[in-house]
Amino acid sequence: MDLIQEALAFIWGSAKDVAPIVVFLFLFQLFVLRERIPHFGQIVVGFGFVTVGLGLFLVGLEQTLFPLGRLMAQQLTNPDFVAEVSGHVRGALRWQDFYWVYLFAASIGFATTLAEPALMAVAMKANTVSGGAIGVWGLRVAVATGVSVGVALGCFRIISGLPLQYFIAAGYLVVIVQTVMAPKTIVPIAYDSGGVTTSTVTVPLIAALGLGLAEAIPGRSPLIDGFGLVAIAALFPIISVLAYGQISVLRGKN
Amino acid sequence: MKDSLIALSKDALSSARDLAPIVMVITVFQVFVIREPVEGFLSLVFGAVLVVAGLTFFIFGLRVALFPIGEEIAHSLARKGSAFWLFTFAFVLGFGTTIAEPALLAVAEEAADVAVEAGMIEDDEESIASYALGLRLVVALSVGVALLLGVFRILTNWSLPLMIICGYVLVVIVTAVAPPEIVGIAYDSGGVTTSTVTVPLVTALGVGLASSLKGRNPLLDGFGLIAFASLTPILFVLAYGIITQWT
Repeated sequence: MDLIQEALAFIWGSAKDVAPIVVFLFLFQLFVLRERIPHFGQIVVGFGFVTVGLGLFLVGLEQTLFPLGRLMAQQLTNPDFVAEVSGHVRGALRWQDFYWVYLFAASIGFATTLAEPALMAVAMKANTVSGGAIGVWGLRVAVATGVSVGVALGCFRIISGLPLQYFIAAGYLVVIVQTVMAPKTIVPIAYDSGGVTTSTVTVPLIAALGLGLAEAIPGRSPLIDGFGLVAIAALFPIISVLAYGQISVLRGKN
Repeated sequence: MKDSLIALSKDALSSARDLAPIVMVITVFQVFVIREPVEGFLSLVFGAVLVVAGLTFFIFGLRVALFPIGEEIAHSLARKGSAFWLFTFAFVLGFGTTIAEPALLAVAEEAADVAVEAGMIEDDEESIASYALGLRLVVALSVGVALLLGVFRILTNWSLPLMIICGYVLVVIVTAVAPPEIVGIAYDSGGVTTSTVTVPLVTALGVGLASSLKGRNPLLDGFGLIAFASLTPILFVLAYGIITQWT
Protein backbone atom coordinates (compact mmCIF):
# COMPACT_ATOMS: atom_id res chain seq x y z
CA MET A 1 0.00 0.00 0.00
CA ASP A 2 2.77 2.37 0.98
CA LEU A 3 4.61 1.49 -2.18
CA ILE A 4 1.62 2.42 -4.35
CA GLN A 5 1.35 5.75 -2.60
CA GLU A 6 5.04 6.32 -3.01
CA ALA A 7 4.91 5.37 -6.68
CA LEU A 8 2.09 7.87 -7.22
CA ALA A 9 4.12 10.54 -5.43
CA PHE A 10 7.07 9.89 -7.73
CA ILE A 11 4.89 9.95 -10.84
CA TRP A 12 3.42 13.24 -9.65
CA GLY A 13 6.95 14.52 -9.12
CA SER A 14 8.04 13.58 -12.62
CA ALA A 15 4.81 15.08 -14.02
CA LYS A 16 5.80 18.37 -12.41
CA ASP A 17 9.17 18.11 -14.17
CA VAL A 18 7.80 17.13 -17.56
CA ALA A 19 4.64 19.27 -17.76
CA PRO A 20 6.30 22.71 -17.92
CA ILE A 21 8.59 21.50 -20.71
CA VAL A 22 5.67 20.07 -22.70
CA VAL A 23 3.59 23.22 -22.25
CA PHE A 24 6.52 25.39 -23.33
CA LEU A 25 7.17 23.23 -26.43
CA PHE A 26 3.50 23.23 -27.45
CA LEU A 27 3.00 26.96 -26.90
CA PHE A 28 6.18 27.77 -28.79
CA GLN A 29 5.23 25.60 -31.75
CA LEU A 30 1.64 26.91 -31.90
CA PHE A 31 2.03 30.60 -31.16
CA VAL A 32 5.57 31.60 -32.08
CA LEU A 33 6.27 29.27 -34.97
CA ARG A 34 2.56 29.15 -35.88
CA GLU A 35 2.67 25.57 -37.01
CA ARG A 36 0.51 22.69 -35.93
CA ILE A 37 1.74 19.77 -33.88
CA PRO A 38 1.84 16.66 -36.07
CA HIS A 39 0.54 13.42 -34.52
CA PHE A 40 -0.72 15.39 -31.53
CA GLY A 41 -2.44 12.39 -29.93
CA GLN A 42 0.62 10.19 -30.25
CA ILE A 43 2.86 12.87 -28.75
CA VAL A 44 0.57 13.38 -25.76
CA VAL A 45 0.39 9.63 -25.12
CA GLY A 46 4.17 9.42 -25.51
CA PHE A 47 4.72 12.14 -22.92
CA GLY A 48 2.39 10.18 -20.64
CA PHE A 49 4.70 7.18 -21.04
CA VAL A 50 7.76 9.34 -20.35
CA THR A 51 6.19 10.71 -17.15
CA VAL A 52 4.92 7.41 -15.77
CA GLY A 53 8.10 5.61 -16.86
CA LEU A 54 10.38 8.10 -15.15
CA GLY A 55 8.26 7.98 -11.98
CA LEU A 56 8.29 4.16 -11.78
CA PHE A 57 11.98 4.07 -12.61
CA LEU A 58 12.81 6.47 -9.77
CA VAL A 59 10.55 4.84 -7.19
CA GLY A 60 12.05 1.46 -8.04
CA LEU A 61 15.58 2.81 -7.66
CA GLU A 62 14.68 4.52 -4.39
CA GLN A 63 13.18 1.23 -3.19
CA THR A 64 16.04 -1.06 -4.07
CA LEU A 65 19.28 0.17 -5.52
CA PHE A 66 19.82 3.44 -3.75
CA PRO A 67 19.46 2.26 -0.14
CA LEU A 68 21.41 -0.91 -0.84
CA GLY A 69 24.11 0.92 -2.78
CA ARG A 70 24.43 3.61 -0.11
CA LEU A 71 24.65 1.00 2.62
CA MET A 72 27.33 -0.87 0.71
CA ALA A 73 29.29 2.32 0.11
CA GLN A 74 29.18 2.99 3.85
CA GLN A 75 30.21 -0.53 4.77
CA LEU A 76 33.06 -0.70 2.27
CA THR A 77 34.50 2.66 3.28
CA ASN A 78 34.23 1.93 7.00
CA PRO A 79 37.81 2.06 8.42
CA ASP A 80 37.10 -1.00 10.59
CA PHE A 81 36.17 -3.01 7.52
CA VAL A 82 39.22 -1.79 5.57
CA ALA A 83 41.48 -2.57 8.53
CA GLU A 84 40.00 -6.05 8.80
CA VAL A 85 40.46 -7.03 5.14
CA SER A 86 43.89 -5.41 4.77
CA GLY A 87 45.36 -6.54 8.08
CA HIS A 88 46.61 -3.05 8.89
CA VAL A 89 45.68 -1.11 12.01
CA ARG A 90 43.07 1.61 11.70
CA GLY A 91 45.41 4.53 12.06
CA ALA A 92 47.97 3.32 9.53
CA LEU A 93 45.86 2.56 6.47
CA ARG A 94 47.55 3.15 3.16
CA TRP A 95 45.80 3.96 -0.11
CA GLN A 96 46.37 0.40 -1.38
CA ASP A 97 44.33 -1.00 1.50
CA PHE A 98 41.13 0.34 -0.02
CA TYR A 99 41.15 -2.10 -2.92
CA TRP A 100 37.55 -3.17 -2.36
CA VAL A 101 36.49 0.46 -2.63
CA TYR A 102 38.23 0.86 -6.01
CA LEU A 103 36.76 -2.37 -7.28
CA PHE A 104 33.27 -1.46 -6.11
CA ALA A 105 33.61 2.08 -7.52
CA ALA A 106 34.71 0.76 -10.91
CA SER A 107 32.02 -1.91 -11.17
CA ILE A 108 29.13 0.20 -9.86
CA GLY A 109 30.20 3.08 -12.14
CA PHE A 110 30.19 0.74 -15.13
CA ALA A 111 26.87 -0.92 -14.26
CA THR A 112 24.91 2.25 -13.44
CA THR A 113 26.09 3.96 -16.61
CA LEU A 114 24.74 1.13 -18.74
CA ALA A 115 21.33 1.75 -17.14
CA GLU A 116 21.41 5.54 -17.63
CA PRO A 117 18.34 6.50 -19.72
CA ALA A 118 19.87 9.74 -21.05
CA LEU A 119 22.84 7.81 -22.42
CA MET A 120 20.50 5.38 -24.18
CA ALA A 121 18.82 8.34 -25.84
CA VAL A 122 22.09 9.78 -27.13
CA ALA A 123 23.33 6.36 -28.27
CA MET A 124 20.08 5.70 -30.16
CA LYS A 125 20.36 9.08 -31.89
CA ALA A 126 24.05 8.61 -32.70
CA ASN A 127 23.27 5.21 -34.17
CA THR A 128 20.51 6.55 -36.43
CA VAL A 129 22.43 9.62 -37.54
CA SER A 130 25.62 7.69 -38.31
CA GLY A 131 23.65 5.18 -40.36
CA GLY A 132 24.61 2.38 -37.99
CA ALA A 133 28.36 3.09 -38.03
CA ILE A 134 28.28 3.96 -34.33
CA GLY A 135 26.79 1.03 -32.45
CA VAL A 136 24.31 1.68 -29.62
CA TRP A 137 25.88 -1.00 -27.47
CA GLY A 138 29.47 -0.11 -28.40
CA LEU A 139 29.04 3.53 -27.50
CA ARG A 140 27.37 2.69 -24.21
CA VAL A 141 30.10 0.24 -23.22
CA ALA A 142 32.73 2.83 -24.17
CA VAL A 143 31.07 5.46 -21.97
CA ALA A 144 30.58 2.99 -19.11
CA THR A 145 34.27 2.06 -19.25
CA GLY A 146 35.20 5.72 -18.97
CA VAL A 147 32.91 6.27 -15.98
CA SER A 148 34.26 3.15 -14.36
CA VAL A 149 37.88 4.33 -14.57
CA GLY A 150 36.85 7.85 -13.59
CA VAL A 151 34.99 6.86 -10.42
CA ALA A 152 37.80 4.55 -9.28
CA LEU A 153 40.34 7.29 -9.87
CA GLY A 154 38.11 9.81 -8.09
CA CYS A 155 38.05 7.52 -5.04
CA PHE A 156 41.82 7.26 -5.18
CA ARG A 157 42.00 11.04 -5.21
CA ILE A 158 39.86 11.36 -2.09
CA ILE A 159 41.88 8.69 -0.28
CA SER A 160 45.28 10.04 -1.33
CA GLY A 161 44.26 13.67 -0.86
CA LEU A 162 45.78 14.86 -4.15
CA PRO A 163 44.19 18.05 -5.54
CA LEU A 164 41.21 17.61 -7.88
CA GLN A 165 42.57 20.21 -10.30
CA TYR A 166 45.60 18.07 -11.19
CA PHE A 167 43.40 15.21 -12.33
CA ILE A 168 41.05 17.45 -14.26
CA ALA A 169 43.84 19.38 -15.98
CA ALA A 170 45.70 16.18 -16.91
CA GLY A 171 42.45 14.69 -18.25
CA TYR A 172 41.80 17.70 -20.45
CA LEU A 173 45.32 17.52 -21.84
CA VAL A 174 44.69 13.92 -22.88
CA VAL A 175 41.36 15.01 -24.44
CA ILE A 176 43.10 17.73 -26.47
CA VAL A 177 45.73 15.35 -27.83
CA GLN A 178 43.08 12.73 -28.66
CA THR A 179 40.84 15.31 -30.35
CA VAL A 180 43.59 16.05 -32.85
CA MET A 181 44.10 12.36 -33.60
CA ALA A 182 40.60 10.87 -33.42
CA PRO A 183 38.23 10.67 -36.42
CA LYS A 184 36.26 13.95 -36.69
CA THR A 185 32.85 12.29 -36.60
CA ILE A 186 33.27 10.86 -33.11
CA VAL A 187 34.45 14.12 -31.47
CA PRO A 188 31.06 15.85 -30.89
CA ILE A 189 29.49 12.66 -29.54
CA ALA A 190 32.47 12.08 -27.27
CA TYR A 191 32.16 15.59 -25.84
CA ASP A 192 28.44 15.09 -25.26
CA SER A 193 28.89 11.75 -23.54
CA GLY A 194 30.63 13.43 -20.62
CA GLY A 195 27.45 15.26 -19.70
CA VAL A 196 24.95 12.46 -20.17
CA THR A 197 26.67 9.87 -18.04
CA THR A 198 26.10 11.60 -14.81
CA SER A 199 22.41 11.84 -14.24
CA THR A 200 19.65 9.81 -12.66
CA VAL A 201 21.25 6.50 -11.73
CA THR A 202 24.96 7.15 -11.38
CA VAL A 203 25.13 10.39 -9.38
CA PRO A 204 23.25 9.32 -6.23
CA LEU A 205 25.37 6.19 -5.86
CA ILE A 206 28.78 7.67 -6.51
CA ALA A 207 27.93 10.74 -4.42
CA ALA A 208 27.26 8.37 -1.51
CA LEU A 209 30.61 6.71 -2.13
CA GLY A 210 32.44 10.05 -2.16
CA LEU A 211 30.77 11.27 1.01
CA GLY A 212 31.40 7.94 2.76
CA LEU A 213 35.08 8.04 1.86
CA ALA A 214 35.53 11.64 2.87
CA GLU A 215 33.93 10.92 6.23
CA ALA A 216 35.94 7.76 6.85
CA ILE A 217 39.39 9.17 6.12
CA PRO A 218 41.00 11.39 8.73
CA GLY A 219 41.85 14.85 7.50
CA ARG A 220 39.19 14.90 4.76
CA SER A 221 36.16 17.11 4.97
CA PRO A 222 33.00 15.55 3.51
CA LEU A 223 31.87 19.00 2.46
CA ILE A 224 34.99 19.80 0.49
CA ASP A 225 36.48 16.45 -0.54
CA GLY A 226 33.14 14.72 -1.08
CA PHE A 227 32.67 16.81 -4.21
CA GLY A 228 34.58 16.26 -7.39
CA LEU A 229 33.74 12.63 -7.98
CA VAL A 230 31.04 13.55 -10.49
CA ALA A 231 33.48 15.84 -12.31
CA ILE A 232 36.04 13.08 -12.82
CA ALA A 233 33.29 10.64 -13.75
CA ALA A 234 32.13 13.08 -16.43
CA LEU A 235 35.61 13.67 -17.84
CA PHE A 236 36.79 10.13 -18.47
CA PRO A 237 33.98 9.06 -20.85
CA ILE A 238 35.21 11.77 -23.24
CA ILE A 239 38.58 10.02 -23.30
CA SER A 240 37.13 6.53 -23.62
CA VAL A 241 34.70 7.46 -26.42
CA LEU A 242 37.47 9.20 -28.37
CA ALA A 243 39.53 6.04 -27.86
CA TYR A 244 36.56 3.99 -29.12
CA GLY A 245 36.60 6.09 -32.29
CA GLN A 246 40.35 5.68 -32.69
CA ILE A 247 40.15 1.92 -32.17
CA SER A 248 37.33 1.60 -34.74
CA VAL A 249 39.51 3.37 -37.30
CA LEU A 250 42.47 1.15 -36.53
CA ARG A 251 40.36 -1.96 -36.83
CA GLY A 252 38.92 -0.70 -40.14
CA LYS A 253 42.42 -0.39 -41.56
CA ASN A 254 43.40 -3.98 -40.83
CA MET B 1 -1.69 -1.70 -31.44
CA LYS B 2 -0.19 -5.16 -31.86
CA ASP B 3 3.01 -3.65 -33.22
CA SER B 4 3.30 -1.34 -30.22
CA LEU B 5 2.87 -4.28 -27.88
CA ILE B 6 5.64 -6.20 -29.62
CA ALA B 7 7.87 -3.12 -29.51
CA LEU B 8 7.09 -2.65 -25.82
CA SER B 9 7.97 -6.22 -24.91
CA LYS B 10 11.21 -5.96 -26.88
CA ASP B 11 12.01 -2.80 -24.96
CA ALA B 12 11.21 -4.57 -21.70
CA LEU B 13 13.69 -7.32 -22.51
CA SER B 14 16.45 -4.89 -23.29
CA SER B 15 15.66 -2.87 -20.15
CA ALA B 16 16.05 -6.03 -18.08
CA ARG B 17 19.37 -6.66 -19.79
CA ASP B 18 20.48 -3.08 -19.11
CA LEU B 19 19.80 -3.43 -15.40
CA ALA B 20 21.28 -6.89 -14.96
CA PRO B 21 24.85 -5.61 -14.41
CA ILE B 22 23.78 -3.47 -11.43
CA VAL B 23 21.98 -6.39 -9.82
CA MET B 24 25.06 -8.56 -10.39
CA VAL B 25 27.51 -6.06 -8.90
CA ILE B 26 25.38 -5.52 -5.81
CA THR B 27 24.76 -9.23 -5.31
CA VAL B 28 28.41 -10.21 -5.72
CA PHE B 29 29.62 -7.57 -3.28
CA GLN B 30 26.90 -8.35 -0.79
CA VAL B 31 27.49 -12.08 -0.83
CA PHE B 32 31.27 -12.31 -1.17
CA VAL B 33 32.67 -9.13 0.34
CA ILE B 34 30.27 -7.78 2.93
CA ARG B 35 28.73 -11.16 3.76
CA GLU B 36 25.65 -9.88 5.49
CA PRO B 37 22.08 -10.98 4.76
CA VAL B 38 19.82 -8.54 2.93
CA GLU B 39 16.52 -7.67 4.55
CA GLY B 40 13.24 -7.48 2.66
CA PHE B 41 14.14 -9.61 -0.32
CA LEU B 42 10.61 -9.53 -1.73
CA SER B 43 10.39 -5.77 -1.81
CA LEU B 44 13.76 -5.70 -3.58
CA VAL B 45 12.44 -7.94 -6.34
CA PHE B 46 9.32 -5.81 -6.64
CA GLY B 47 11.44 -2.66 -6.81
CA ALA B 48 13.54 -4.17 -9.60
CA VAL B 49 10.35 -4.93 -11.56
CA LEU B 50 9.31 -1.28 -11.19
CA VAL B 51 12.70 -0.11 -12.47
CA VAL B 52 12.46 -2.34 -15.55
CA ALA B 53 8.87 -1.25 -16.27
CA GLY B 54 9.77 2.40 -15.77
CA LEU B 55 12.75 2.26 -18.10
CA THR B 56 10.68 0.47 -20.72
CA PHE B 57 7.92 3.10 -20.65
CA PHE B 58 10.44 5.90 -20.73
CA ILE B 59 12.26 4.56 -23.80
CA PHE B 60 8.91 3.99 -25.54
CA GLY B 61 7.85 7.57 -24.78
CA LEU B 62 11.23 8.78 -25.99
CA ARG B 63 10.64 7.22 -29.40
CA VAL B 64 7.05 8.34 -29.92
CA ALA B 65 7.13 11.77 -28.27
CA LEU B 66 10.40 13.32 -27.11
CA PHE B 67 12.48 12.71 -30.24
CA PRO B 68 9.73 13.57 -32.76
CA ILE B 69 8.66 16.81 -31.07
CA GLY B 70 12.27 17.93 -30.61
CA GLU B 71 13.00 17.38 -34.27
CA GLU B 72 9.71 18.87 -35.41
CA ILE B 73 10.42 22.10 -33.54
CA ALA B 74 13.95 22.18 -34.92
CA HIS B 75 12.57 21.88 -38.45
CA SER B 76 9.93 24.55 -37.81
CA LEU B 77 12.61 26.87 -36.41
CA ALA B 78 14.76 26.30 -39.46
CA ARG B 79 11.78 26.97 -41.77
CA LYS B 80 10.92 30.17 -39.95
CA GLY B 81 14.52 31.26 -40.37
CA SER B 82 14.49 33.72 -37.49
CA ALA B 83 17.73 33.65 -35.54
CA PHE B 84 16.09 35.67 -32.76
CA TRP B 85 13.44 33.03 -32.02
CA LEU B 86 15.96 30.23 -32.37
CA PHE B 87 18.20 31.80 -29.74
CA THR B 88 15.23 32.62 -27.51
CA PHE B 89 14.02 29.05 -27.73
CA ALA B 90 17.46 27.62 -26.92
CA PHE B 91 17.98 29.96 -23.97
CA VAL B 92 14.53 29.43 -22.42
CA LEU B 93 14.79 25.66 -22.85
CA GLY B 94 18.15 25.58 -21.06
CA PHE B 95 17.24 28.03 -18.30
CA GLY B 96 13.75 26.64 -17.70
CA THR B 97 14.69 22.98 -17.48
CA THR B 98 17.64 23.65 -15.19
CA ILE B 99 16.13 26.01 -12.63
CA ALA B 100 13.66 23.31 -11.54
CA GLU B 101 16.16 20.43 -11.63
CA PRO B 102 15.97 18.45 -8.35
CA ALA B 103 19.63 17.36 -8.52
CA LEU B 104 20.65 21.01 -8.75
CA LEU B 105 18.53 21.88 -5.72
CA ALA B 106 20.39 19.29 -3.67
CA VAL B 107 23.80 20.49 -4.83
CA ALA B 108 22.92 24.14 -4.16
CA GLU B 109 21.95 23.35 -0.57
CA GLU B 110 25.15 21.41 0.04
CA ALA B 111 27.16 24.21 -1.53
CA ALA B 112 25.58 26.72 0.86
CA ASP B 113 26.71 24.52 3.77
CA VAL B 114 30.25 24.51 2.40
CA ALA B 115 30.16 28.30 2.07
CA VAL B 116 29.11 28.64 5.71
CA GLU B 117 31.82 26.23 6.80
CA ALA B 118 34.42 28.20 4.91
CA GLY B 119 33.20 31.46 6.43
CA MET B 120 32.23 32.87 3.04
CA ILE B 121 28.69 33.73 4.13
CA GLU B 122 26.90 34.27 7.45
CA ASP B 123 25.46 31.25 9.22
CA ASP B 124 21.83 32.33 9.19
CA GLU B 125 18.89 31.02 7.24
CA GLU B 126 18.48 34.09 5.11
CA SER B 127 22.00 34.22 3.73
CA ILE B 128 22.06 30.45 3.20
CA ALA B 129 18.81 30.58 1.24
CA SER B 130 19.92 33.53 -0.86
CA TYR B 131 23.31 31.91 -1.57
CA ALA B 132 21.62 28.66 -2.69
CA LEU B 133 19.10 30.53 -4.83
CA GLY B 134 21.88 32.63 -6.34
CA LEU B 135 23.78 29.49 -7.24
CA ARG B 136 20.73 27.91 -8.87
CA LEU B 137 20.08 31.04 -10.93
CA VAL B 138 23.72 31.15 -12.01
CA VAL B 139 23.70 27.50 -13.09
CA ALA B 140 20.37 27.87 -14.93
CA LEU B 141 21.68 30.99 -16.65
CA SER B 142 24.82 29.12 -17.67
CA VAL B 143 22.83 26.29 -19.24
CA GLY B 144 20.68 28.82 -21.13
CA VAL B 145 23.85 30.46 -22.43
CA ALA B 146 25.28 27.02 -23.25
CA LEU B 147 22.39 26.05 -25.52
CA LEU B 148 22.45 29.50 -27.08
CA LEU B 149 26.17 29.11 -27.82
CA GLY B 150 25.63 25.58 -29.12
CA VAL B 151 22.89 26.67 -31.50
CA PHE B 152 25.01 29.65 -32.56
CA ARG B 153 27.80 27.23 -33.38
CA ILE B 154 25.51 25.09 -35.53
CA LEU B 155 24.46 28.22 -37.46
CA THR B 156 27.96 29.64 -37.91
CA ASN B 157 29.80 26.32 -38.29
CA TRP B 158 32.54 27.32 -35.84
CA SER B 159 34.82 24.52 -34.71
CA LEU B 160 33.38 22.63 -31.75
CA PRO B 161 36.70 21.23 -30.48
CA LEU B 162 38.25 24.69 -30.59
CA MET B 163 35.38 26.27 -28.64
CA ILE B 164 35.28 23.50 -26.03
CA ILE B 165 39.04 23.42 -25.57
CA CYS B 166 39.16 27.22 -25.18
CA GLY B 167 36.39 26.83 -22.60
CA TYR B 168 38.36 24.30 -20.62
CA VAL B 169 41.52 26.40 -20.77
CA LEU B 170 39.42 29.22 -19.32
CA VAL B 171 38.20 26.83 -16.61
CA VAL B 172 41.78 26.01 -15.64
CA ILE B 173 42.70 29.72 -15.48
CA VAL B 174 39.63 30.74 -13.46
CA THR B 175 40.16 27.78 -11.09
CA ALA B 176 43.53 29.24 -10.12
CA VAL B 177 41.94 32.48 -8.88
CA ALA B 178 38.69 31.06 -7.47
CA PRO B 179 38.32 30.31 -3.73
CA PRO B 180 39.30 26.62 -3.24
CA GLU B 181 36.02 25.79 -1.46
CA ILE B 182 33.96 26.43 -4.58
CA VAL B 183 36.10 24.35 -6.98
CA GLY B 184 34.66 20.90 -6.21
CA ILE B 185 31.09 22.20 -6.34
CA ALA B 186 31.71 24.07 -9.56
CA TYR B 187 33.16 21.01 -11.28
CA ASP B 188 30.30 18.83 -10.09
CA SER B 189 27.60 21.27 -11.16
CA GLY B 190 28.60 20.66 -14.77
CA GLY B 191 27.52 17.06 -14.35
CA VAL B 192 24.17 17.55 -12.64
CA THR B 193 22.61 20.05 -15.02
CA THR B 194 21.67 17.73 -17.83
CA SER B 195 18.61 15.75 -16.81
CA THR B 196 17.01 12.68 -18.30
CA VAL B 197 14.23 14.63 -20.03
CA THR B 198 16.41 17.48 -21.26
CA VAL B 199 19.16 15.39 -22.86
CA PRO B 200 16.98 13.61 -25.46
CA LEU B 201 15.18 16.85 -26.27
CA VAL B 202 18.38 18.84 -26.70
CA THR B 203 19.96 16.06 -28.78
CA ALA B 204 16.91 15.93 -31.05
CA LEU B 205 17.00 19.71 -31.36
CA GLY B 206 20.67 19.76 -32.40
CA VAL B 207 20.36 16.89 -34.84
CA GLY B 208 17.11 18.26 -36.29
CA LEU B 209 18.63 21.69 -36.77
CA ALA B 210 21.81 20.35 -38.37
CA SER B 211 19.86 18.15 -40.75
CA SER B 212 17.52 20.92 -41.92
CA LEU B 213 20.27 23.47 -42.56
CA LYS B 214 22.11 23.31 -45.86
CA GLY B 215 25.75 22.27 -45.70
CA ARG B 216 25.55 20.90 -42.17
CA ASN B 217 26.20 17.30 -41.28
CA PRO B 218 23.99 16.02 -38.43
CA LEU B 219 26.77 13.77 -37.13
CA LEU B 220 29.41 16.52 -37.10
CA ASP B 221 27.23 19.50 -36.26
CA GLY B 222 24.18 18.09 -34.51
CA PHE B 223 25.94 16.90 -31.38
CA GLY B 224 27.83 19.10 -28.98
CA LEU B 225 24.99 21.01 -27.29
CA ILE B 226 25.30 18.91 -24.14
CA ALA B 227 29.06 19.44 -24.12
CA PHE B 228 28.43 23.18 -23.79
CA ALA B 229 25.85 22.55 -21.07
CA SER B 230 28.43 20.66 -19.01
CA LEU B 231 31.14 23.29 -19.54
CA THR B 232 29.50 26.66 -18.88
CA PRO B 233 28.16 25.80 -15.39
CA ILE B 234 31.75 25.21 -14.20
CA LEU B 235 32.85 28.63 -15.44
CA PHE B 236 29.79 30.45 -14.15
CA VAL B 237 29.89 28.83 -10.70
CA LEU B 238 33.63 29.58 -10.33
CA ALA B 239 32.88 33.20 -11.27
CA TYR B 240 30.01 33.21 -8.74
CA GLY B 241 32.46 32.01 -6.09
CA ILE B 242 34.88 34.82 -6.92
CA ILE B 243 32.17 37.48 -6.90
CA THR B 244 30.50 36.38 -3.63
CA GLN B 245 33.93 36.40 -2.01
CA TRP B 246 34.25 40.14 -2.56
CA THR B 247 30.81 41.20 -1.41
